[in-house]
Amino acid sequence: MLLGYSWSDWGSILVMQGFAGLSLFSVLLLMALGLAIIFGQMGVINMAHGEFMTIGAYTIYVISKVTEQYFPAFMPYYFVVAIFAAFAIAFIVGYFVEFILIRHLYKRPLDTLLATWGLSLIMQQIFRSTFGGREVSPTLPDWLMGSWSPTPSIDIPINGLFVMAITILVTAAVIISLYKSRWGLKVRATTQNRMMAGAVGINTQKVDRMTFAVGCGVAGVAGAAFTTIASTGPTSGSLYIVDTFLVVVFGGAASLLGTVASAFSISQAQSILTFFMTNAMGKVVTLLTIIVILMLRPEGLFASKVRK
Amino acid sequence: MIKKNQSGIWRSVRVAAYGLTLSSVLLVSSVYAGPPTAEVNTTGMAVTDDTVTVGILHSLTGTMAISETGAQQAEKLAIEQINAQGGVLGRKIKIIQEDGASDWPTFAEKAKKLLEDNHVAAIFGCWTSASRKAVLPVLERDNGLLYYPTFYEGLEQSKNVIYTGQEATQQVFAGLDWVAKNKHAKTFYLIGSDYIWPRTVMKLARKYIETVLHGKIVGEEYAALGSTQFGSTINKIRLKKPDVIYAAVVGGSNVAWFKQLKAAGITGKKQTLLTLSVTEDEAQGIGGENLLGFYSAMKYFQSLDTPENKTFVADFKKMWGANAPIGDVTQAAYEGPWLWKKAVEMAGSFDTDKVVKAEESGKITFDAPEGMVYLEPNHHLKTRLRIGEWRADGQADIVYTSPYIMPNPFPKGY
Repeated sequence: MLLGYSWSDWGSILVMQGFAGLSLFSVLLLMALGLAIIFGQMGVINMAHGEFMTIGAYTIYVISKVTEQYFPAFMPYYFVVAIFAAFAIAFIVGYFVEFILIRHLYKRPLDTLLATWGLSLIMQQIFRSTFGGREVSPTLPDWLMGSWSPTPSIDIPINGLFVMAITILVTAAVIISLYKSRWGLKVRATTQNRMMAGAVGINTQKVDRMTFAVGCGVAGVAGAAFTTIASTGPTSGSLYIVDTFLVVVFGGAASLLGTVASAFSISQAQSILTFFMTNAMGKVVTLLTIIVILMLRPEGLFASKVRK
Repeated sequence: MIKKNQSGIWRSVRVAAYGLTLSSVLLVSSVYAGPPTAEVNTTGMAVTDDTVTVGILHSLTGTMAISETGAQQAEKLAIEQINAQGGVLGRKIKIIQEDGASDWPTFAEKAKKLLEDNHVAAIFGCWTSASRKAVLPVLERDNGLLYYPTFYEGLEQSKNVIYTGQEATQQVFAGLDWVAKNKHAKTFYLIGSDYIWPRTVMKLARKYIETVLHGKIVGEEYAALGSTQFGSTINKIRLKKPDVIYAAVVGGSNVAWFKQLKAAGITGKKQTLLTLSVTEDEAQGIGGENLLGFYSAMKYFQSLDTPENKTFVADFKKMWGANAPIGDVTQAAYEGPWLWKKAVEMAGSFDTDKVVKAEESGKITFDAPEGMVYLEPNHHLKTRLRIGEWRADGQADIVYTSPYIMPNPFPKGY
């Protein structure tokens, strides 16, 4: 394996493979962040999380088509605006879903599991009826599709850098709003002791609704970022939901730090293993490792210190 | 404006004219009706004095609906055209359409229903090998006839199936010859989705590259169906620097695969890539800009510049809309009803055994959109292979057309 390639070959492969790992890391983290907020803070197992990503992806698709049709001059810039739209639409849908469905099911995690699973099926059918069964992908601005070559043998995909930047911004925003803002304080108070939080005057219902909606909005942003990498179909969400749950469970459900650490270790393990083994073997070994670690640490990498 | 004033008298004249035409058509058709039903149907099929019923069996729902839409559209177009020409043996074709729902047991069940309850004279349908394999025992037991349009892995030949798509050797060898000769390719990187068709195709390709072309395979990889992470594979490809990437990635994975290739700087300008699984249908989802300069090996491309194809494309778009893409399988599906009509007419009967005998005569040919095709006694078509170079608009320029290739579903030594 080591023979036959020059050191500079190996150097550039190391850089690019490292980047592939980082890029997978940001994808996983972006997917898991919204789920971690909802599950960690509210104890709701949201099986429809993938469909909220799909909402974000379709938002980008629709905006790209409209821009192409009516404002072609705006093409290079629409993507940035569209990401905010993806957040907003997923947020609004999440807000209503919480109002109609979720709020009746708090403290019943298995029921939320079933209800949100049903919800995901309904949403998939709505996507199919609206956009058809064919997979679609938006027309991306040219600057997003190229690669950056610091040396002739290294190509760093710009869409990877872009997803990474979004991930950093979203993670920072989530951490700041959870730990440095008044809203975050209310969320944490509600999570730790709902009765007491209500007693000191926090409107816990409102906090729940906002938390759920923010989690969905973050999923929308993840979906938007996805359109730079893959296509969108009615069932795209279910493709990612397993990986997403894997990250959240491995990280320790209620801990954001755990989610970050878990996404990082899973992506690096997968990236390194799939390079030296076949794709399938790499995945299997990663999964087995996770299972073993979870047997030793059932609470995940970083167990949260919530009073129960 | 003038018409309005004259409407009274003209309308009655027009009605009379329509009436006359209709009655003369009826008269003529009753005079020229085909042979009596008892003669052309001795096995109890759904054939009356003026109609014959066939089945269309594709997925209208579920994950395969995306792909199978075009095929069933093409079959309906062919049947409509045959009816406009007077039908088969003087009988108009009636369609019963069933939904396989992307689920193999459902395919078998619906095939059974079509054959045992509806007594259809032929079935046009299936797409995946899994659906064909599920339908096969039903066909053989009830002695039904299936026209199957997808390019597939070969290693099969049933008395009850006519394969209008290419089998693997027809698609693989000529394409590899072309890259070896025109791109001076010596090293190959094989990548496919992880299921039977890509694995069989790559097995054939490996042997052909190693023994006939004396080339070298520097990597072989399979990605899970639906996989969207190709980062490691792409880096391995960069490290190995193959002359040709030989790809059989299917479905939605294709979009991720080509987008990520482009983002990693592997474009048609720098790298030869030949794929077996991108038709105009997939190109629409992938986006022409991500395919630009890469090659597909297919027997048919929509851009084929012949009068027959131009008529076909125009008719298809007229029936199904200007944006409906026409891929390789869609065209192969269009051939099914025509080949069946020819065989029935040669046999002078709808009975499966007689039709199959006519199909095996080696005399059935059809001037298809792709050019003349010949139905060989082994139930496959003798066709040509074409190499298409993708343009930014999602259409391909045909850069090579092979001589006719005999179908060989059971290649020796593979």
